[in-house]
Amino acid sequence: MSNEVKTEENPAASEKEWQPKIIAFVCNWCTYAGADLAGTSRIVYEPHVRIIKLPCSGRIDVSFIVKAFEQGADGVIVSGCHPGDCHYTSGNYHARRRFAGFRDLLEFCGFEMRRVIFSWVSAAEGKKWADLVNEAVAKIRELGPFKEYQKLLAEDIRAKEETSSDRITG
Amino acid sequence: MIEQIREKAKELLTSGEVKVVIGYENGGLPETTRPVFVTSPDEVERLVWNKYCYANLATFLVRKEVSSLGKPAIVAKGCDVKAIVVLIQESQIEREDVVILGVTCEGVGDPLLSKCPICDVNTPREYDYLFGEEIPPKTDINKFADIEEFEKKSPQERFEFWEKQLSKCVKCYACRQVCPMCYCEVCIADKNQPQWLETSSHTRGNFHWNLIRAWHLAGRCIDCLECERACPVDIPLSLLNRKLAKSVKERFDYEPGYDKEAPPPFTDFKPQDPQEFIK
Repeated sequence: MSNEVKTEENPAASEKEWQPKIIAFVCNWCTYAGADLAGTSRIVYEPHVRIIKLPCSGRIDVSFIVKAFEQGADGVIVSGCHPGDCHYTSGNYHARRRFAGFRDLLEFCGFEMRRVIFSWVSAAEGKKWADLVNEAVAKIRELGPFKEYQKLLAEDIRAKEETSSDRITG
Repeated sequence: MIEQIREKAKELLTSGEVKVVIGYENGGLPETTRPVFVTSPDEVERLVWNKYCYANLATFLVRKEVSSLGKPAIVAKGCDVKAIVVLIQESQIEREDVVILGVTCEGVGDPLLSKCPICDVNTPREYDYLFGEEIPPKTDINKFADIEEFEKKSPQERFEFWEKQLSKCVKCYACRQVCPMCYCEVCIADKNQPQWLETSSHTRGNFHWNLIRAWHLAGRCIDCLECERACPVDIPLSLLNRKLAKSVKERFDYEPGYDKEAPPPFTDFKPQDPQEFIK
């Protein structure tokens, strides 16, 4: 399993230091096998990714992405088979439409879109997977924790500010 | 116009072609209307038509309490007909199982609702009987001017805007109840194994609910504005709905409610769909 790949202990990364938490939703047939290949090829990559395997990228409900952020993720990777390679013929084509639409919605709501990464990784692309994770970790390290979302529960915004019903100008 | 609607309703009920006429009657207060379900030809005088007929009655076509009454006839504005078209597309009703009493409409509300100046279905595009003078569809309207304006804001401003707006949500689900497209027997918001959506009305859970509500209407919402009208805390829900409408139009060249034969966009795909955001 790819998440068993160990990096050398980084002495700087003490337990107290913040490290990005990235959730990857991947399909069983391509990306998971790709991540597995990265592991069996002994490619060393960042360990801050938690992989969740699903049958197909078509199974990745957009709610998973929101749920991941809700539970404290700083970034999300969504990955499946390249177009044309879907084990179920068209799951990734359907998923692609959904991701396109939902991505637009998240962007509209002001989510930092560098935190949501979509990719196609095939079973032969162990290197691409490792690079994808490394890039994601670097990017999210730069952005820091997704405080905006995580604080939503903690802060009672209602008490802080009496909201007005004004629309766009507000 | 209302005389003709009443006459037709009476005719349909007397002949037994329909069992119920879904229309509007005067509300308890001046300048209001409410839905009425006329089941007897003697009651057709209750039907009214005026600029306060906001409600999208298509909602009732997929409610069991109403469909159990028998075949309906429905008084429908152009926008309401769009909702009926989507219900037909999604196999929730059959075209021949409903009699559409289309009414031409110059806009409802006083002042006009925000959907009316950008409406291009003043004359319904699907009907069995049409009442009122035909109005040619408006051209060169920009349906998404306010969305474009909003998109110009920075991500941070947008997030703060929605944080503020969604913190008001009390999770009453009125937006869902009133929506003609929300016909799932068990809504994801009511499922608790697993519990996808947080039930208490704090801002984080409200984000999830409102994102998913809007998302489940992507490519389906016909912008009848009923959710926004029903919202007790005035969240501008139609901004979310129409952002998705705009996205679907730009990406997949599809607008819901116009063609009852067209496949809904998220049940369909093209190999050459845009994927500029996928690495």
